[in-house]
Amino acid sequence: MNVLKLIYKNFLRHKLRSLLTMLGIAVAVLAFGLLRTVVTSWSYGVEASSANRLITRHAVSFIFPLPYSYRSQIEAIPGVTKVSFANWFQGTFKDQRFENFFPRVAVDPETIFDVYTEYTVPQEQLTNFKKQRNSCIVGKKLVEKYGFKIGDIINVTGDIYPGEWQFVVAGVYSGKDKSADETQMFFQWEYLNERSRQVASWATDHVGWYIIQIGNMNEAPAVSEAVDAIFANSAAKTKTETEKAFQQSFVSLSGAIITSLELVSYVIIGIILMVLANTIIMSARERIREYAVLKTLGFTSFHIVGLIAGESLFISMIGGTVGLLLTFPICQGFGAQFSTLFPVFKVAVSTMVMAMSFAVLVGVVAAIFPAYRSARMTIVDGLRQIG
Amino acid sequence: MATLVEVKNVTKVYHRDTLEIPVLQNISLDVPEGEFLALMGPSGSGKTTLLNLISGIDQPTSGAIVIAGTDISRLNESALAKWRSRNIGFVFQFYNLLPVLTAYENVELPLLLTNLTKKERKERVEMVLKVVGLDDRMEHYPKQLSGGQQQRVAIARAVVTDPTVLIGDEPTGDLDRKSAEEILTLLERLNKEFKKTIIMVTHDPHAAQSARIIRHLDKGELTAN
Repeated sequence: MNVLKLIYKNFLRHKLRSLLTMLGIAVAVLAFGLLRTVVTSWSYGVEASSANRLITRHAVSFIFPLPYSYRSQIEAIPGVTKVSFANWFQGTFKDQRFENFFPRVAVDPETIFDVYTEYTVPQEQLTNFKKQRNSCIVGKKLVEKYGFKIGDIINVTGDIYPGEWQFVVAGVYSGKDKSADETQMFFQWEYLNERSRQVASWATDHVGWYIIQIGNMNEAPAVSEAVDAIFANSAAKTKTETEKAFQQSFVSLSGAIITSLELVSYVIIGIILMVLANTIIMSARERIREYAVLKTLGFTSFHIVGLIAGESLFISMIGGTVGLLLTFPICQGFGAQFSTLFPVFKVAVSTMVMAMSFAVLVGVVAAIFPAYRSARMTIVDGLRQIG
Repeated sequence: MATLVEVKNVTKVYHRDTLEIPVLQNISLDVPEGEFLALMGPSGSGKTTLLNLISGIDQPTSGAIVIAGTDISRLNESALAKWRSRNIGFVFQFYNLLPVLTAYENVELPLLLTNLTKKERKERVEMVLKVVGLDDRMEHYPKQLSGGQQQRVAIARAVVTDPTVLIGDEPTGDLDRKSAEEILTLLERLNKEFKKTIIMVTHDPHAAQSARIIRHLDKGELTAN
C-alpha cells in the first residue's frame, strides 16, 4: 500500500457522492469546452484571414454597394497584384430555418480563386464555372450536408435580390487546411448583375466589396490609404482595411454575446468549484478523527494536506479528463448541426489547456480550506471528535 | 532497570476562552525500561492528559518529559511527529482503525513512514499479525472484525514499528470481559516476551492487575503507588 492507494480508497468511501461530484466536474468542463469553442469558432474568420488581402467597402456601411467602375482604378495602384469583388446575395434555400442557412455570394469567377488561394477547385470544374453564367461552386461541407452533385440545380428564393433563382452546380471547392470555410456557395456576379437590372436596379453595376491582393503585407497601410484617397471625393467613399480588421468588425458586432458566453463559461467553473469544495470539506470533516490518528502514528500535517489535496485533485482531474474527452464528440455533433453558422468548429488547443488547468485549479482551491483546517488541528482536539 | 520515561514537574493547563483549567499539577513520574505501568483514577483526574503528554501528542505547560534521553517537550511539531513514528505505539479505547483499509493495510500504515521495502514491510506486518493471532484475517476490513479483533489489529499497528513505549488509553474500555482478557493477556505477553515498556490508562481495577506498577491520579496529582 502507499499514500496514493489510501487516496483512492478514501475516494471510494462514498462512491455515490464522489461519482456525482466527478460527474458535475465532467459536465462543467464539457460546458466550458463547448462555450469556449463557440467563442473561438465565432472569430475563426479573423484567425483564418490572410495578411496580404485588403477589403474595400463603402465608408458608411457594408450594406451600401460600390460602383464596379472602381475596379480598374484600384488595379492601377502600386502594390496591388490582383483585384476581385463580391456581393452578398443571401436568399432562402429550402426554408427559413437556421440550419438551412449558408453564405451565398456573387463573385468574379475569373479572379476569386486567385485571391482566395486557400480554396482549391479542380481545373475542369473551374473552367465550367467560368463558362456557364448561372453556375455555382459549392463548398465541400455543403455537398456533405445536402448531397449536391455536379449538374444539380439549387433553387434559392431571393430577398435582397427578389425572385426565384436557379444555380447549377459546376464544381466543389475544398479548403487546403482545416481552418478554411467550406460552407459557402459562389456564383457568377454577372448573373446577379444581369438579373438585377430587372429586380434590383439600385445594385446594377455595383459590387458589395472589393478584395485586394497585395504583393507585400507591409504595404497594406499605404495601399489602403491610396485606395481611400482616390475615392475620397466620390459619391461612394470607401473604407479599406485588412481582411483581419474587416472580419473583426463583424465579430465585434456580436461582442456582447461573446462576452456573455465567456462570462458564463467562467461562472460554470466557479459553481463547480463550490460543489467540489463542499464535497471535500464534508469528507475532511468526517475524517477529522482519522487525521488525528494518522498524526498520532507520526504522519505530519504535510501528509494530511497531501491526502486531502490528493483526493480533491483526483476527483477534479478524472472529472476534468472525462469532461474533456466528451467535449470532442459533443463539439463534433454541435459543429455538424450548425456547420453553416460555424464553418470551422473544433476544440482549440488553448481550450483544452484552459479546461484542464481549471480542473487542476478547482481541485487545488477546493482543498485549501479543509486542508488548512485539518493541518492546524491538534491531535487532542481531533481525537475528541465523534464520528 | 534504567529509567526510560521521566516526567519532571509537569503541569498542564488548558485554556478555554478566558478560563484556565489546570489538569495536571507538578507531576513527576519515572517508568523503568521494560515495565508495565497502569495509571488509574476517576474521570477528569488527568490520566489521559498525562498519557498524551508522554506519547508526545500534547505539550506540557511547564516541566519536562524525557523519554529514552530525549526531552520531547522541546521538540517542534514535525520533529515530534518523526519522534512519535519511531518511539510510540498508541492503542486507543475505540481502536481507531481506518475503515477503508484492511487489517493488513492498517498495520502497514506506520511503516509507510519508514524506509523499509515493500517486502520488508510485508514480513513485519505478517509477523505482528501472527503475534496477535490474526494472520488469518489480514484481508478483513474493520467492520468484518469483532471489537476484540479490531483492538488486536490496533495493537499490531502499535507494535509493528517496534516502538520504545507502548501506550494504551483504556484499551479494554470498549470490550466485553472475554475480549478484554484476551487483550490484557496479549499486552502482558508483549511486556514479558518482547520486553515492551507499556503505560496504560484504565478505569478497571481488574485490567490494572495485569500491570506490574499501578499509579493513581486524582485531581491532577499522583496520589499513591
